[in-house]
Amino acid sequence: MKAMRPRAGGLDAPSARSRFPGSFPSPLQSHGVATAVFRALLGILGWGYSIIGVSPMRFLEGIGKLGSIALLMLPPDTGTWSKFLVYLHALAETVAIALLGTLAAAVVAFPVALLASRNVLASRVVHFASRRILDCVRGVDELIWALVWINVVGLGPLAGVLAVATANAGIFGKLFSEAIEASSRGPVEGVLSTGGNDGHALRYGLLPQVVPVLLSQVLYYFESNTRSATIIGIVGAGGIGLHLSEQIRVLEYQHVSAIILMILVAVASIDRLSSGPRLSIVGNRPVART
Amino acid sequence: MLANIHRLPDYVVRIFRLDDGRPVWMDVRDWMWGFTYWMKLMGETVLIACLGTVTDAIGGFVLCFAASANIAPNRWTRSSARRCLEFCRTVPELVFALLFVQAFGLGPLPGVLAIAIHTAGAPGKPFAEAVENIDMGPVEGATSCGASRIQAIRYAIMPQVASNIAGYALLRFEINVRGAAVMGFVGAGGIGQDLIEAIRKFYYPDVSAMLVLIVLCVTTIDLATERLRHRLLGWEQQR
Repeated sequence: MKAMRPRAGGLDAPSARSRFPGSFPSPLQSHGVATAVFRALLGILGWGYSIIGVSPMRFLEGIGKLGSIALLMLPPDTGTWSKFLVYLHALAETVAIALLGTLAAAVVAFPVALLASRNVLASRVVHFASRRILDCVRGVDELIWALVWINVVGLGPLAGVLAVATANAGIFGKLFSEAIEASSRGPVEGVLSTGGNDGHALRYGLLPQVVPVLLSQVLYYFESNTRSATIIGIVGAGGIGLHLSEQIRVLEYQHVSAIILMILVAVASIDRLSSGPRLSIVGNRPVART
Repeated sequence: MLANIHRLPDYVVRIFRLDDGRPVWMDVRDWMWGFTYWMKLMGETVLIACLGTVTDAIGGFVLCFAASANIAPNRWTRSSARRCLEFCRTVPELVFALLFVQAFGLGPLPGVLAIAIHTAGAPGKPFAEAVENIDMGPVEGATSCGASRIQAIRYAIMPQVASNIAGYALLRFEINVRGAAVMGFVGAGGIGQDLIEAIRKFYYPDVSAMLVLIVLCVTTIDLATERLRHRLLGWEQQR
């Protein structure tokens, strides 16, 4: 009895793997690797928890307390209507911070993105420098920016707007420059060849290609910024976060759950409102990778 | 209202000057006087992010099978798992951290849990979508051989989604390091506690030193995980 069938065309395992990669399992698929990775994860988990000094007792105690806090939260209640109106006003302020911050970020980021994209400006130095600056701005969290801006312009919603604007300018700069680099060279060359100057090429060749993409990114980030703007108030930069952290600190849990509920409703309705125009601008394609 | 905006450059210049007025790079040793202490805090920050991500990856992993349309036992499980994930995603992690600090006390544990809960909501959806995009053939094969639901997940689904999910988890880790850096603002461990103190008390050179350390650390982790993710994607495409 033959142990093996003759190989088709002298194909052995390694060359078959390189020719038909789809028919072979990928490295992660082999159970040995997957199991090892899983065990390593569990190991990291145990080791890390022991380093930060967590005992099962403390954990269970905390869970118990968390349960009683959750019970204290029910039912959500703001006490008086005037309090409710105060929270509503703060919520509106939060949405305004997110909106203004996102818009300002887009306005600031666009010229920087032009500098940072390889196909607009040939200078490698400018390109490299603007990229690194964007990286640095992005590396610092929104909340840290809020603290810095509070030191600069004082407490209040303006610091919040500026913090949202700075943090998002870094993100937009990167996303915009990627969109610009992905645009086609054709229309720009067309405008230049008919005697247009660089400004014309930018306005009539490049912008029509990238504006829909940029708009959808801005809308998407407006949604996510309404979420993150709710916490900016925790450090004193305006919006509902101030009330939220205050009520948590004074243990008014019914107010806390009411505020969280209001935030959820606001975020959900903004998602609804802005996903309509966003989808009609670009269709159902993913906007952001980060 | 915008009258004070021109003070930002002043502020930036100010934080890069030592107390005696020299720029910080003239005397790096003096500037980085707390280097080992800050690096320890930075290590704690990364540890918080790491633990949060791993805890959540395991939790989100369980939930995503409940949330994806082709695997979930029934509609009720699926929609309640989805609502749960949405709730976790919408409430910012700092709010969770504030609540957990009250329940678990100050320290890194509430930070870890807040990150775990918030991220369980964030990648839960892409996880669920990854599971929905699998090839159902192996699952049918496994169940037709008499495999239970758990066994089918283990041998038919996990091999298909493992690299995809690992990629998402790495991406989240990257984001969580940034998130963990501010956890200390509400007393939940990491470098944030010292940073907010330095900013509030106007210890200018310390602010810039910690910011530089954070940015360097975040960038390094970004680059490392990006390379890893590209390799994972490469494996994915070979399949």
